[in-house]
Amino acid sequence: MNGSLNANHLLFLAQGALWTVGLSLIALVGGGALGFAIALCRVSGLRAVRLASGAYVQLIQGTPLLVIMFLTYFGLPPLGFSVSPLAAAGASLTIYVGAYLGEIWRGAIQSVPRPQWEAAEGLALSRTQRMAKVILPQAVRIATPPTVGFMVQIVKNTSLASVVGFVELARAGQIINNALFEPFLIYAIIAVAYFALCFPLSRLSQRLERRSGRGRTTLMPA
Amino acid sequence: MHTSPPATPDAVVTLRDVHKSFGPLKVLDGVSFEVPRGTVTAIIGRSGSGKSTALRCIDRFETIDRGEIRVCGHAVHDPALDLRRLRQDVGIVFQSYNLFPHLTIEENITLAPTAVKGLARAEARARAAEVLAKVGLGDKLQAYPEQLSGGQQQRAAIARSLAMQPKVMLFDEVTSALDPELTGEVLRVIEALAASGMTMVMVTHEMGFARGIADEVVFMHRGRVHERGPAAMLAAPTTPELAQFVGSGL
Repeated sequence: MNGSLNANHLLFLAQGALWTVGLSLIALVGGGALGFAIALCRVSGLRAVRLASGAYVQLIQGTPLLVIMFLTYFGLPPLGFSVSPLAAAGASLTIYVGAYLGEIWRGAIQSVPRPQWEAAEGLALSRTQRMAKVILPQAVRIATPPTVGFMVQIVKNTSLASVVGFVELARAGQIINNALFEPFLIYAIIAVAYFALCFPLSRLSQRLERRSGRGRTTLMPA
Repeated sequence: MHTSPPATPDAVVTLRDVHKSFGPLKVLDGVSFEVPRGTVTAIIGRSGSGKSTALRCIDRFETIDRGEIRVCGHAVHDPALDLRRLRQDVGIVFQSYNLFPHLTIEENITLAPTAVKGLARAEARARAAEVLAKVGLGDKLQAYPEQLSGGQQQRAAIARSLAMQPKVMLFDEVTSALDPELTGEVLRVIEALAASGMTMVMVTHEMGFARGIADEVVFMHRGRVHERGPAAMLAAPTTPELAQFVGSGL
């Protein structure tokens, strides 16, 4: 790999971009599942569960993703767990995204007006039924725009996986730049590629936000 | 469950010496009354007199500090009470309607009968059509709550409670959010319910309505039942507080 930028370099970058998308999806699915559990724990009827999940969120939100990646990739092998870059990056992002989505979704659940809970209680629905049939469907509408907005953060944060040697878009750019030494050109391409991934998500988030301003999510006076 | 015989043999709701404080604020200070089967009780009083709290205690939306509440054989004051069984016997309608905005009117009504009582979907839909017809909204099955007026939403909320076939209905200032015209259509529905023999307890600001429909009026003042009697007492109050309240309320 030397000389000037050619099709092979671009192909390598495209492959990196695909891994960025893949890693983002892993983070979204893993972090989404974890975040959903966290959100439910945060509004649990059990104090201990609320406290434990709250502590988790505080801890993760107070820790840089970079450090979480170091901990999983470099910290675990001496303890006898060897971790591939993909596993380390995927697990770190899941841990990190879970805390943030959990908090976004907790807020959405709690912003469903209190009288909706009471109406459901008055109809003798069990706690699980109230959650599943009354509260969560309304919370999903409230949570969708900020969730899509947060996906932009996820996509950009996958670039940190480069520090554990995972070859995604940013790392692919570094590798090519090491060969060609054309930093401005190559990082400009990388920036445009990230923008191309994030911009549609931002627009989607904005559209959803506008749409949720009216229609059935309109909430009753309390 | 403890069983001591209720004061009135046929009482559906009995409150005996009920006390309740929110922090330092004493809201209920020894409230007692009972509601016989098939009768309508109107609880009236100023804001802050404890009338809404008393009503909410009946359905255990508030827990009481002291005293006894019995509703359809359930010991509501007992911490071990099975809330879901109590609430299958008690229907409650709120000031702010609280229909579920993401569901159609039909889905609002069929939700609890299918989820709680295990009714088959077809049966629940038939019941929804029936209760909606009763409140004059037979054509609104597929509408969403936001597409209805306030009065229609409140009538749909009443229908939703009726679909659970409660033994007693509680109404918590159900017309307070409505303008006079819409108030009328909701009150007519409640009148029809009373005529059908439903046992009801309502907190209301509509004095004329209370006088027309209530078998008994409970006037609350400073967390106590200050005066209690047939609706005719509104025309001839025996305490100055009720006289003043009725005078300013009409």
